[in-house]
Order: sequence, then C-alpha cells, then structure tokens
Amino acid sequence: MVDATDLYQEIIMDHTKSPRNYEHLADADHEAQGDNPLCGDELTVYIKLDDGKVTDVTFEADGCAISTASASVMTEAVEGRDIDDVEELVETFKNLVTGEEDANAIDPAELGDLAALRNVQNFPTRVKCATLSWHTLQAALNGRDEPVTTE
Amino acid sequence: MVPPPFLILTARLPRDPHLKYEADPSQDGPEVDDLLDAELVDAIRKDFPILDRKMREDQRLVYLDNAATSQRPTQVVEAMRRYQQESNANVHRGIHQLAEEATETYEQAHADVAAFVGAEGMECVAFTKNTTEAINLVAQGWGLTNLEPEDAILVTELEHHANLVPWQQVADRTGAELRHVALTDDGRLDRASFHDQLDEDVALLAVSQVSNVLGTVNPVEAMTEAAHDVDARVLVDAAQSVPHMPVDVGEIGCDWLTFSGHKMLGPTGIGVLAGRREALEETEPLLFGGEMIRRVTKDEAEWAEMPWCFEAGTPPMTEAVGLSQAIDYVERIGREAIHEHSRELAARCQRRLEEVGCEVYGPAPEHRSALVSFNVPGIHPHDLASIIDDDGVAIRAGHHCAMPLMDHLGVAATARASFYIYNTEEDIDVLVNGIERAEEVMSVEEDGR
Ligand SMILES: Cc1ncc(COP(=O)(O)O)c(C=O)c1O
Repeated sequence: MVDATDLYQEIIMDHTKSPRNYEHLADADHEAQGDNPLCGDELTVYIKLDDGKVTDVTFEADGCAISTASASVMTEAVEGRDIDDVEELVETFKNLVTGEEDANAIDPAELGDLAALRNVQNFPTRVKCATLSWHTLQAALNGRDEPVTTE
Repeated sequence: MVPPPFLILTARLPRDPHLKYEADPSQDGPEVDDLLDAELVDAIRKDFPILDRKMREDQRLVYLDNAATSQRPTQVVEAMRRYQQESNANVHRGIHQLAEEATETYEQAHADVAAFVGAEGMECVAFTKNTTEAINLVAQGWGLTNLEPEDAILVTELEHHANLVPWQQVADRTGAELRHVALTDDGRLDRASFHDQLDEDVALLAVSQVSNVLGTVNPVEAMTEAAHDVDARVLVDAAQSVPHMPVDVGEIGCDWLTFSGHKMLGPTGIGVLAGRREALEETEPLLFGGEMIRRVTKDEAEWAEMPWCFEAGTPPMTEAVGLSQAIDYVERIGREAIHEHSRELAARCQRRLEEVGCEVYGPAPEHRSALVSFNVPGIHPHDLASIIDDDGVAIRAGHHCAMPLMDHLGVAATARASFYIYNTEEDIDVLVNGIERAEEVMSVEEDGR
C-alpha cells in the first residue's frame, strides 16, 4: 500500500517550500481564481500570451503542500508552450493524478517534475488539491469570469 | 439472544432520569474533572465493532472525527435491524397489528426525545432529516412568515453554515437585517457586542450552544433570557452539545432547539426540532403532503396536530428506533459523566498540542467542550490529515462549514480533533506522535518552514 508519506517526495517539498513563479502578474492578459470548497484553499493563476504561446505564467495561493507544489510545477511545465499544447498537457496531468490508464503508460522522463505528483492517484481525497491549479489555468485560458471550483 | 455487552454494566450504572446539569454555562463552567473509568471505556469500546477495524497496514483506528459524525454502538444497529425485520409497517396508516406496533414505537421515540431534552411532551418534538433541515423548518416556517424589513436577525460569528445560510436567505427574502455577535480573541462570544446589538428590533436570535470549530460553550441560557426581554424568539443549535452535555429546553428557555441523531450514537437520516409549545404553534410546516393533514378537500387542507403537521410523508421510522436506543445508551452512561470525559480529553489534547508547538484555536478548557481545532506551524491541515491517516488517525481538516469563522481566525483551514465516550488518552498519544512524524515528513524546521 502507498503511504501518504510517498506523496511528499523531495521534489514536491522543494516546490512547496520554494514555489516557482509565485507572484502577482500585474500585466497579465488572463487570470482566473480557483477555490476548493472542501478545504477553503484559494489560488489565482496569471497568464501572459503572445502569438498563441504562453510567455509568462504565475500564481498566488493559500493552500496545502500538494496544491502549491502542483501549481508551481505547472507554471514551469506550461511556460513557453502553445495554447493547444497546454490544453493537451492539462488533460494528461488530470489523467495522471486520477490514475487513468493511458497516463500511467507515459514515460516519467517526458513528464519531468510532474511525475512526482503521480502518487496522488492513490489518494482520492487529494486529487482535487492537485488539479485545482490546472482547472484554474484552463479557466484563465478560456477567459471564464466565474471563479472555478473543484466541486 | 445473548445480551449486548453493555447491558451487563448497567448494574453499576443506575439510570437516573432526573439528572440535571448543575453548572450555569454563563459562569466559568464546571471544573474539568476526570475521565470515565478505564474499565467502563473498555466495555464501551466493545460495543463499537468499527473500533476493532484495522486501518491501512494494520493500524488501530483512532477515531477523532466525532464532531462530524459519531460511531454507532451495536445496540443501536441491532435495534434498527430488529425493527426492520420484526416490526416494520408504515405508521399512522394501518389498523393491522404491525402498523399499530410501528405507530406506537414511532410515537414512543418522540416521547423519549422529549424526556431527553426536557421538552413539554412528544407533541413538542418533530423529526426531521438532520439539524440543517430542522433549522430550515424554523427559518422558512417561522422566519419567512413572521419577519419584516424593520426586524433584525441576530446570529454569531461562530455559527456553522447550517445556522447561518438559512438566516441569510430569510434576511434576503424578508428584508430583515442580519447581525452578527462578534467574538473575543480567545473565541468566545463578545458580551458587549451581544448586548449592543440586541435591541428592540431583534426578532430572532439564532445561536449554537457549542461551536463545532472552537468548542466554545456559549451561555445560551443567559442569552435566551436577554433575548426574551426584548421579545425576540430564540433558536439554539444544539448539534454539538446534545451528544455530550445535559441539555434541557425548559431550563434554557429557548423557543426552538435542533440537533442530529448521527452525532450522538444514532443513525443518519434523523434530526430533531424540539421547542416550546407556543413557538412551535407559530411555526408553519416546511413540507406538505400525506401524514401532516387532518382533512383535505379538493381545494384546501387542515393540518394535523403537532408534531405530525411537521412530518409530511413516510417518516424516518427505523431511524427513530435507532435514535431512541442511542438516547438510552447515552443516558446509561450519563451526560455529566460523558461531558467530563470528553472535556477532559479535549483539555489534555489542548495541553499536549500546545506543548509540541501547535497553534490551538478557541478558549481555555473551562469554556470548551469536546473538541480542539489547531494548526501545526508550516503544515497545511490537509497534509497533516493525510500523513496521520497512515497512522490510523481520523481527524477533520478544512473550514468545518464555518467559513466566516475561518476569516475571523485569519486561516483558510484548521485541523480538528473531536472526542467521545470511546476515546482514550492513548488516542491523544497517537495523534501527537503522528504530528511529530508529519513534521519529519514535511521536514519542517523549528521555525515552521
Ligand atoms: C454546530 C452544528 N450545527 C449544525 C450542523 C449540521 O448538522 P447536520 O449536517 O446533521 O444537519 C453541525 C454538524 O455538522 C454542527 O456542528
């Protein structure tokens, strides 16, 4: 059986304690707020686009280690990508943490730091923590005004 | 049939139906006394097979989420099984023997609850789905029909959403003003704020007797008296008090009192609205249909007498049987003894948590009931709950359906350990060890980072 301890690998703790791209982006083109009503966690994602590419992405959050690390890893993973590419990555990530089969077939090397969040699939109560920033990213890209929630 | 284990103990536990809570909660509260006898706790634990369940990799279950829902003893489950298999029939409908027995059993459950919370009689006890529905019954059945734009509704900053959102809706729809009693720094109701806001405009005071986040025991008796002085009606949400301490509608003097079966050893699916006769008589039903009528013509209907007018449709019959049995179980131990036990555990837990550097929210033990909310510096409560779940420890982490209170505390979430009759000092040891392990896992340094 997978222990919760396995959730908190070094990579995760590193991102939690020193989150990357953790700032308010005053000149963002898109931003969205997400919250997880289960635990009260809140998170904002800011994006700057240029010619269909994510040129800058940051976040601010008040949340658990998993949601903070996931957001931090996410900003690193999507920066510089085309929007279509980002959409695909969001789906891959969601599949990964919910334990969908095809995602488990992905070579961890391709996923980079994202792979460290794979263990979340063993903790159904924590999936929402891991996906909050990704849902919020999608909402920001799609220009939805309503805050997203994980419910 | 072999008698259920607990019955063997009753010789040592005389049941006294006249037990009354001596302490005045507006005073400093009773001295924190001692735990239940260890032998008794052992015997009690045998009545809860779930406590023998192995969690994860063979860990003992340390269940510290009683404020969310308690576990149920064999006696409750067995009474419900027996009812279903031996006496089931719809109540108030048939004239056959089973229907008669079912009706008698169901009505007796109302009488048992009335005796348990000191209501005048079974007509002053209506069964609902849970506390939430009971509060909504009053909000819609009394609030919507009685309140006007010049009225005010007084709630407090520590209410569960169940005792806040219904009043927000009533305020919204009637134009009444919603006011909030502020809290002191240690998480008690601020006396000055209460008296400042309790003026002649206040038509209703809605307050919980025990906070589900801070554990604060509120002086509902004194508050009710003050509210009645300005002719306000009073609803007391007793969801967190009834499981632990003696609660008496007559002594509190409140108009309505609400609680849930599932937090006091009873089943889910049943809650209670109890109250003073005149207040209930002013309350309109929330649900309409069968069972709640006396006579129906093509165009109109007359309501049945109380409490049946509040119980439209086939009611929670099996759950009522379970609730009666839960009351019996609680009364056999005695609510003073239960409260001393769970408060003592909460007090010890508070002390231990503070010793290991946790931030504990809420008042000192003498003002606190059976639970402790806290945070471990540098660890989000969600992460803590996940990690100590590996040790078989079940705590709650989140906003506890009290988001305005979280805002007041300046946190998004807290961890909460809540105690009941089957918990022991060892449970606290496991919790504290778990916290120390979580600090290692999260490699939290002394300074909390
Ligand atoms: C103080 C308080 N009020 C109301 C409720 C709501 O109870 P229920 O969910 O059974 O309706 C709870 C329990 O969560 C509570 O702690």
